[in-house]
Amino acid sequence: MSTTTFSVTVRVWRQPGPGQPGRFVEYPVGGVNPDMSFLEMLDVLNDGLTRSGDEPVAFAHDCREGICGTCSLVIDGKPHGPHHGVASCQTYMRSYKEGDVIVVEPFRARPFPVIKDLVTDRSAFDRIQQAGGFISARTGSAPEANSVPVPKEVADLAMDAAQCIGCGACVAACKNSSAMLFVAAKVSHLGLLPQGQPERDKRVLAMVSTMDGLGFGSCTNQYECSAACPKLISHDFIARMNRDYAKAVFRSAFRPVAAGAGD
Amino acid sequence: MAKLESRTPAGDLPGKWRRHKAEIRLVNPANKRKYEIIVVGAGLAGASAAASLAELGYKVSTFVFHDSPRRAHSIAAQGGINAAKNYQNDGDSVHRLFYDTLKGGDYRSREANVHRLAEVSVDIIDQCVAQGVPFAREYGGLLDNRSFGGAQVSRTFYARGQTGQQLLLGAYSALSKAVASGGITLNTHSEMLDLVVVDGHAKGIIVRDLVTGQISRHAADAVILATGGYGNVFNLSTYARGSNATAIWRAYKRGACFANPCYTQIHPTCIPVTGDYQSKLTLMSESLRNDGRIWVPKRKEDRLKPPATIAESDRDYYLERIYPSFGNLCPRDVASRAAKRVCDEGRGVGASGLGVYLDFADAIGRVGEAGVRERYGNLFDIYREITNENAYRDPMRIFPAVHYTMGGLWVDYNLMSNLPGLFVLGEANFSDHGANRLGASALMQGLADGYFVIPYTVGDYLATQKPGSRPKVDAAEFKQAEEGVALMTSHLLTIGGKEPVSHFHKRLGHILWQYCGMARNREGLSKALKEIPALRSEFWANVKVPGSGLALNQSLENAGRVADFLELGELLCRDALAREESCGGHFREEHQYPDGECKRDDDNFGHVAAWEYAGEGREPVRNVEPLNYETVKMSVRNYK
Repeated sequence: MSTTTFSVTVRVWRQPGPGQPGRFVEYPVGGVNPDMSFLEMLDVLNDGLTRSGDEPVAFAHDCREGICGTCSLVIDGKPHGPHHGVASCQTYMRSYKEGDVIVVEPFRARPFPVIKDLVTDRSAFDRIQQAGGFISARTGSAPEANSVPVPKEVADLAMDAAQCIGCGACVAACKNSSAMLFVAAKVSHLGLLPQGQPERDKRVLAMVSTMDGLGFGSCTNQYECSAACPKLISHDFIARMNRDYAKAVFRSAFRPVAAGAGD
Repeated sequence: MAKLESRTPAGDLPGKWRRHKAEIRLVNPANKRKYEIIVVGAGLAGASAAASLAELGYKVSTFVFHDSPRRAHSIAAQGGINAAKNYQNDGDSVHRLFYDTLKGGDYRSREANVHRLAEVSVDIIDQCVAQGVPFAREYGGLLDNRSFGGAQVSRTFYARGQTGQQLLLGAYSALSKAVASGGITLNTHSEMLDLVVVDGHAKGIIVRDLVTGQISRHAADAVILATGGYGNVFNLSTYARGSNATAIWRAYKRGACFANPCYTQIHPTCIPVTGDYQSKLTLMSESLRNDGRIWVPKRKEDRLKPPATIAESDRDYYLERIYPSFGNLCPRDVASRAAKRVCDEGRGVGASGLGVYLDFADAIGRVGEAGVRERYGNLFDIYREITNENAYRDPMRIFPAVHYTMGGLWVDYNLMSNLPGLFVLGEANFSDHGANRLGASALMQGLADGYFVIPYTVGDYLATQKPGSRPKVDAAEFKQAEEGVALMTSHLLTIGGKEPVSHFHKRLGHILWQYCGMARNREGLSKALKEIPALRSEFWANVKVPGSGLALNQSLENAGRVADFLELGELLCRDALAREESCGGHFREEHQYPDGECKRDDDNFGHVAAWEYAGEGREPVRNVEPLNYETVKMSVRNYK
């Protein structure tokens, strides 16, 4: 464990509020310990700014262990920073050295407007979820848990998709601001399981149409999304969703789906 | 003095909940839509409650301070969820789960509540599977189980190391469906800053919109708090940074009693602190103690030497030495206190001196590196990510950390506080875990409260309230509460001191960790009770909160939360001082057996201590609810 500290310069996006012009501001940060997390380095910066009478940099964070999906920094052009398979909060300062200039920006995507500085509004994800990201199972009405066996391979694959933390890095990484990986993960998780079959068509149609309506772009198969995903969710799920969607559209041509889906 | 009526149903223990459900009042379906219910928080308890109540037809408003209900800290729970399904055919039953939980809590929880928890545990698994929670399965397609501490059966259901995430996303999906259908009005970025009490009943809340800064009033027929625990009073913990006690604390100051605040759980295996900048402690699963051996050097001079250079004869495998029968697998509280003792002796490892080794060399010698990787690979990866150390080569360094709080707002059998109309669910209440919580029981309790208890019990209260009788938000009580919130907000912004909020939070954490952490004594607690009020005065004179109240202002949010922690911390110490016994997570050095085990005093402390706010600057009142055990006999907890 190293105890020598070093100094870096952070170029941070400062924006006072939604729709207001923003700009990059440079701040020196001294006393950086290699064992510090990136967010702890920002804490140090903010305490310094507060003491000197400036307003600290707003950034989103909560669990600081890579599972809540709140943190959402673009560090040197990469959503969640330089390392694969981790969230911003799991980036450590040992990745940097004395004198480095680090550029820190919010996730940039039209459906994720900036609220302040590095904090964006990702409520569009909640709205996609509300459109169909569920299995209707009224509390109290569930059958005995082991009455429906699920093959282990199927349950494991569903879990691979279900791991999504809803951070939005996939959108930030995509040149089209596509939310396909996020939506595909939920559609696949629920669509793989026997419990998810009754609403399978309705779900994929409703979630995709809501996604489109919220201004997320299309997928052009560059797979920047899965490369930036802190849970390394595979883009194979996008192909799976496309198949599900095509089948649902085909079936809905002969059998009307419920109102609200796919309108 | 507050009236603490547990309202535990009469009759034999296994039949209490069934009879209670059959006897309590109901609200007819046409009337349900006339009642508005506020739910604060959307973790496992809050989201499951909101979704289930909306399905029943109630008008529900959910408030979360997060940007999305999916962020609640239930998401970080790793291990699993207990349920008495007995799928393993290994002798499990509702009674066994009840008994294990009661004993694990060191006989300081309410018998009837714990029994109900064990009963509904089986329904939780059914519900979650129906929602699409991808629990681990066997090759035949049926559900898999693993074993957990404090139990001799295998009853824990899990989804890899992310069980909390999957259960929360299940509850979040049910909540999302209800939002879409209009059953739930979702308010994100909305922090509850006061409870509104009208004629002695909880009838609304005051909320600050964290994006616009706007303060608003919300009236309802009942208010449900599911806002989690208060472990961040210690500053450093395994909680999320945003986890806070503001909702329950402000309800306390409106008259809700706060029960057993001194029952805090400190988990033995976390990654140690590296410096003063640290914001967060990360848990390493307890399962590692199955194969790892815990040690420190025998001599303090060796503590900074590379561990590989310390000879076997110079190592002190202190758990194996002190507790030969349980060794490295002794209970959480015992392991935590032992680590503290060796570090206090100056033998702690790592730069800070606050760490002990968890060594896998023997296990690697026995099953090979691949064998260890197969069992614990993901944990070794997390460890490497945080510390940049290879635990296959060098031993891990671990240290105990604050992990959960068993205390919380006092509730009766219906989960209603002593303030009628105020219900408290999940970690925010005190009811089910006594003085110590067993692993995989927090998820069980959160979902039990939300899916299967509150949908029944809230009706028993609402049936006494005439539909449409809830007060309007222009009532004097709402106005007064809103003015109080606005005043506190502007006060915090204008103190104009020199130090950031984090400065005070860290110092509060140091005081509590030192005097009210793993081991407590009269002298230290008395000291803390002097230092905390002094720190609080300093905070109100010297805190610096930059920016405006009419925009996103994270310093302001934190300032309000830390101001509450500075009060709660004092109550925690007061409770710890008053409880002249050791039980579960509350260890008073004056009350121990010669072997260092907790010495309970059932005659004088076999009760719940529920503190009642008495006003600014006045000592709170310690109310007592006796714990009457009808079925189980309180006995000495012995895991040796």
